[in-house]
This record gives sequence, structure tokens and C-alpha cells, in this order.
Amino acid sequence: MYNKKKCIAMLLAGGQGSRLKALTTTIAKPAVPFGAKYRIIDFTLSNCTNSNIDTVGVLTQYQPLLLNEYIGNGLPWDLDRNFGGVHILPPYQAKNRTDWYKGTANAIYQNLHFIERYDPEYVLILSGDHIYKMDYSEMLQYHIEKDADCTIATLEVSLDEASRFGIMNTDDNNIIYEFEEKPAKPKSTKASMGIYIFKTEKLACYLKKDEATEGSQKDFGKNIIPTMLACGEKMVAFPFKGYWKDVGTIESLWSANMDLIGDDPKFDIYDPYWRIHSRNIGIQPHFIGEHAQVVNSLVSGGATIEGTVINSVIGPRVKIEKGAYVKDSVIFSNSVIHEGAKVFYSIIDEEVHIEKGATIGAEKAESVGIAVVGRHVVIKEKAIIPAGANIEEPDQNSRKGNKCSCEL
Amino acid sequence: MRALGIIFSDLHTDTVDELTRYRTLASVPFGGRYRLVDFALSNMVNSGITRVGIIAKRNYQSLMDHIGSGKDWDLSRRNGGVTIFPPFGNHRSDSLYANRLEAIKGLMGFIAKANEEYVLMIDCDSVNVIDYHKVIQEHEERNADITVVYRKAEVTPDLHPHMSLTINEAGRVTAAALTSDSGTTANMSVNAWVIKRKLLYNLIDEALAHGASNFERDIILHNIPFLRICASEYEGPYLHISSLANYFANNMKLLNPEIRAQIFEQKNQAIYTKVRDSAPTKYGKDAVVERCYIADGCVIEGTVRNSILFRGVKIGKNTVVENSILMQDTITGEHVYLNCVIADKNVTIRDRRNLSGCETIPYYLGKNVMV
Repeated sequence: MYNKKKCIAMLLAGGQGSRLKALTTTIAKPAVPFGAKYRIIDFTLSNCTNSNIDTVGVLTQYQPLLLNEYIGNGLPWDLDRNFGGVHILPPYQAKNRTDWYKGTANAIYQNLHFIERYDPEYVLILSGDHIYKMDYSEMLQYHIEKDADCTIATLEVSLDEASRFGIMNTDDNNIIYEFEEKPAKPKSTKASMGIYIFKTEKLACYLKKDEATEGSQKDFGKNIIPTMLACGEKMVAFPFKGYWKDVGTIESLWSANMDLIGDDPKFDIYDPYWRIHSRNIGIQPHFIGEHAQVVNSLVSGGATIEGTVINSVIGPRVKIEKGAYVKDSVIFSNSVIHEGAKVFYSIIDEEVHIEKGATIGAEKAESVGIAVVGRHVVIKEKAIIPAGANIEEPDQNSRKGNKCSCEL
Repeated sequence: MRALGIIFSDLHTDTVDELTRYRTLASVPFGGRYRLVDFALSNMVNSGITRVGIIAKRNYQSLMDHIGSGKDWDLSRRNGGVTIFPPFGNHRSDSLYANRLEAIKGLMGFIAKANEEYVLMIDCDSVNVIDYHKVIQEHEERNADITVVYRKAEVTPDLHPHMSLTINEAGRVTAAALTSDSGTTANMSVNAWVIKRKLLYNLIDEALAHGASNFERDIILHNIPFLRICASEYEGPYLHISSLANYFANNMKLLNPEIRAQIFEQKNQAIYTKVRDSAPTKYGKDAVVERCYIADGCVIEGTVRNSILFRGVKIGKNTVVENSILMQDTITGEHVYLNCVIADKNVTIRDRRNLSGCETIPYYLGKNVMV
């Protein structure tokens, strides 16, 4: 009988992602569409399966319906396993306490029994809102070779950017001696990527300790890592080279999408040996019409393009009618840009209608913001939505209308 | 689960010998990301048929690779699902089946063991969206023994070998001809039959005992006076594949939005195929694309007009592709010109090549060829 895994992953996917404005009104941040045919969480889940990590606990809390349905039994990522595989871990009612997840550390603390079930030597902590390709097995190997208690993946950032990150100050052997959260005067440029590998017993020990500490924010970056460092545990930085982006804001989500296009894109999703897996729906190829113009863009299945698309990312089943003009924009699935409508520098969510002659956003320029149009919104004919606007349907929870047929 | 499905993967394989050199007709690529068997399987799944056997004969590696466990059609099941039946050899003569009757004989165990009331048998020589749920409903309403699906159509030369039917007002077949005369309008069989499972078992047993060899002649035609053989009309799109020329023409029909809508945009159903997790298609800075049907995973840096690109096709800079079908992973270099070309899988066309066929005789490049 199997009863042991060497390393399992815990994927934090419960955050609201309020900085994504209308895009996360009804869905969790990891479920937000990305790169024409993916959702953000596809990248982390694909990394797991491509790194031979076959047991993943996904911690959900905020608006989990779509995320749960999307992950399902994990089949698209080869994570439907007899022993292990992907498991959704929502907050639950227990005999002595009933709690929401109060922080990243608390979320893992509440699921320590899940970790114990697989008796792993190592636990990998991941975030569901990063876009990157990373071989976790290399990081695990590094962690084992260094005999570290905790290994933190770090990225070289510029000195200007460093004050936006948690910064690791290390010696020549990458041993961390100091951790500074968003330092005003950074001493190093090694930024934490929020990816940790712990020895299981150390993780359990510090999570329990933190839980008993009054006033703790129960957060890995703010509490667990500093405490471990203070207690003299062996903390090691794992330098990651390659593309990595936290897509927590509208601007970063937009620019990460743009990083996929161009002749030599910053982020390559065409590697046949590192496929990004996603839940595919039975959709036909896309169609480009006779008078269409599609330049420097990504287009996904089922789309019909009769108008002009420049520097944009077009999702599944999107329709861009004749005379419509889309530039520097990201359009999620099933939306329709009607005749003569213009979309500049925007993110258009799923099932949006931009009716005839309407204009969204303004040509990309400095100081111009990205316009966001939320799910199911219908932009009326000839309407003008200014740059940087955030349009969402007033009551998302009763989309079928507020009229109730039953008499109370 | 009222019917068991049987798909004949290669009864018409010889008709398109260029495309079937390395594969059965069922696994011939079609429409950017599909294989012909996808339409047969998806129609069954969309009609609620979840126990399906596919009869294979020769070169069925690509078919097995494509179907896998059947999960992409939701047919990886504990109870039912899809099974591929390799040829069932005769232990005495050591020969493979030669006709539909003998092919079914190899499946008698499968048919006997099932508990569905009916058997639906179909071929893979066309793209259609037949609603078998409706066919079976009509079969039951008419209390038929056998129901033949047909369409009213002008008989083009490629349809000559198909059966044509004479049908009375009650929908009952009163006469049938094994072949049809070109140029006339007739009720053409589309090679889809619904038969009561136990009746099929008995009919096959008896026919083989009498040395019968032709399903249409010895079972359908022979039994018109004795059994209730009814006909169910199908009025949707029907793209028949029987030659390289009509393979080319029928692929190109997908550039017509109405045909695409009829096949792919029916409510509450979909055409499923093997998932390959290709990235979205990327258009370069100098891409010019007009009237094209393009699957995921392509990278387009040149000009493409009136063409169909399968998954993973790459079009180089300053290259012009017109009126062509490029199958999975075809790569063209720079300054290439293609017109009326069908490139099979994994074809590489190097810089400055200039290849041109015509609509009736497209220039065909075999699998894995480098030009």
C-alpha cells in the first residue's frame, strides 16, 4: 500500500485579488483568464506536473465555484491520481473551532492533517497568482543538497524595484542572514517569489508556534519566515532565472499578457517539453475573415475575427465584427465587439458586449490607465468609456435579474 | 443508454489512398484539428450513446493514438466507454475480414454481452451532425426492426456506390438499390443503421450460415419484404470524403460561416477531439491573414489566404500560402509560395520553394516529407 510522498505542494488560491477590480467580482484571482486560452492557475499546476509533483492541495476561500469546477479532478494536468493528485481544500467546520483562513500561514495550519496524510519529507508552498515556468524538482534538489530547513525562491530585481518586494540578504553561499519586507533602502536585489520549500517537521512546528502567538498576522512573509530566521534555522535562497510575474494588479496582468506576443516574446509558451496544460473545451479552430487584419496578436480557438486586431490577446469564442478595431487589449472568452466599436488599451472580461460604435479606453500612452469591463456587461451603442475606467454589473449575484417570481 | 454504437473505421479506406497510406480513413485529419472519427464519436456522445466499439483493420496505430482512453469524448468509463477492436482473424484461413458482415462477426461477443436494446452502426466516410437520439426515437415510434438514415440528395459520381431507397408515406422502405445513378435525385443511405441488438445478432448468424457476404444486399435488401425496415431523414450538412479532390473541396467548405455554424455551433453539443494543449496561435508583426480557418498552436509570420491550418503549423516570413490545407506541425521556411497544396503531418517546406496544384488535383505532400 502507498502511504508516503517525498514532497507535496500546497497552493494558496484563496485570495480575493481586489486589485484586479471588476475581474474578481465573482471569481477568485487564480481563475482569472490569461493568455487567450489559460487561467492564471494553469501555470502553477502545469509547473507541478512538469516537475513531477503529483500531490497538490489547493486552498480556496474567496468565490471558489468557478475555480473548483475548473480544477475538477485534475485530469487536464495529469493530477487525477489513485494516490495523491489534486485536492481542493476549503475552510471547514471543526469540533472545537470554525474559522475562515485568516492568513497564508493559518490556511496551511488548518490543513496540517492533509499534509500528514501523505507523510512527506518536504512541503512546497506556492501561490496561485504567478505567471512563470519553474522546475520545482531542481529547487527541491537544491533544498536537499543544502540541507536547508527552508528554501526560498528568489528573483534578481533592479534596485529601484527592490523596495516593492520582500528582500533576502544572503552570504556567498546563498544562506539568508536577514529578511526585509519592502525595505526603503534595499541591501540586496534578491526578491522573494513567495515560493517556499520546508522540511515538513519544521513547517508544522513553526505553524503551531505562530498559531499560539497573539497578534500574529499568520502570514508566511510577515511572520513565519522572520521567526524561523530569528530562531537560527537554516534558510537558503534559491536563485531563479527566467520569467516570473505576479499578476495581482490590472497593470501587471495586462503587461504579462503582452509579454506573450511579439517575434521574440519575453515569456515562451510554445515549448513542447514544458506544455502549459489547461481545461480544454470542445471548440473549433478560429476563423479570420476576408477583410480582417490580425497583427502581432494571440488568438484562441472558436474566435471569429472580421475586424482589426493589433497587439492584442483574444480569448476563446470571441467575435470581432466587421469594422471593429481592437488595439493593445486583452479580451476574455465569449465577448463580442460589434461593428465599428473601438477598444483601446483595455481588459474586457468574459461575455461582454461592446455594441456598435462604442469606444472603450484611449490609445496607449503614458499616464493613460487601462480600462476594465467586467463580466456580462453590455456597453451601449456609441457609448464612450474613458481610459482607466472600471465598469461592472451592479448586482453580480443575481444576474438573472432582481425580479422574483415567487410572492413572499 | 438505449443503444450500443459500432463504428466501422476503414470500410472505405481505399478511396483516398494518399491520405490513408499510413492510417485508416477514421483517423484522416479534417477541419483544422479533427479526425473523421471525431464526428462519428461526437455525434454518438451528443446523442447519449456511451458504449462504443470501433472496428479497425489495418494501420490503426494513429487511430489508437488518437482515441487513447477515450477521455476526450467522455468515453473513459467503468461502464461502457470506447473500445477499439483490432481485426479478428479467422483461425483456419488466417485472413482478415473482407466486408461489413464479417467485420460485425468479429464483434459478436461485444454485441452479445451488452445490455442495450439497439445497435447503431455507422461509417467514417463523411462529416455530418446526425442526431441519433432522434433516429432511435423514430425507430421506436414506428416499431421498426431496422432504421436506415438517409438524405435526399443529388447523386454525384462519388455517391454512386451508396444505396438508394424507395420510401412510402409511412416512412417504410419498400425497395432499395445497391448503387445509385449519377445525376438523379434520390434518397441516399448515409451508412447509418439502427437495429434491435438481438435481431442483429440473429441476422448476422443466419446470414453467415448461408454464406452471405454483403450486409446491404443480404441483410437489408433481402429482408425488405420480411422485416419492418424504416427510413429516417437527415437534412443537415453532409461532407462526403471519397477522393483527394472532394477531401480538398469539403475542407474548404469550412471557410463558409453557415456550414461552420451547422457543424460546430449546434446548441448543447460539441465536436470533441484529442486534446493537445497547444498554445494559442501567434500572429507576427508582418502577418497578413484573410479568410482562413486556423487551429491553436500556429505561429504565422507570413501571408495566408483561403486556407486551413492544423495545430502547430508555422508560416515563415515573406511566405505566401493560398488555397491550401496544411496539417499538424507543417513548417514552411521563408519566401515560400504554396497554392492548392495539401501537406500531410510533419511536412517541412524549405526556403524559396514554390509549389502549386489546382482545385481538382491538389498538390499532395506525404507525411514527414521534406521539400
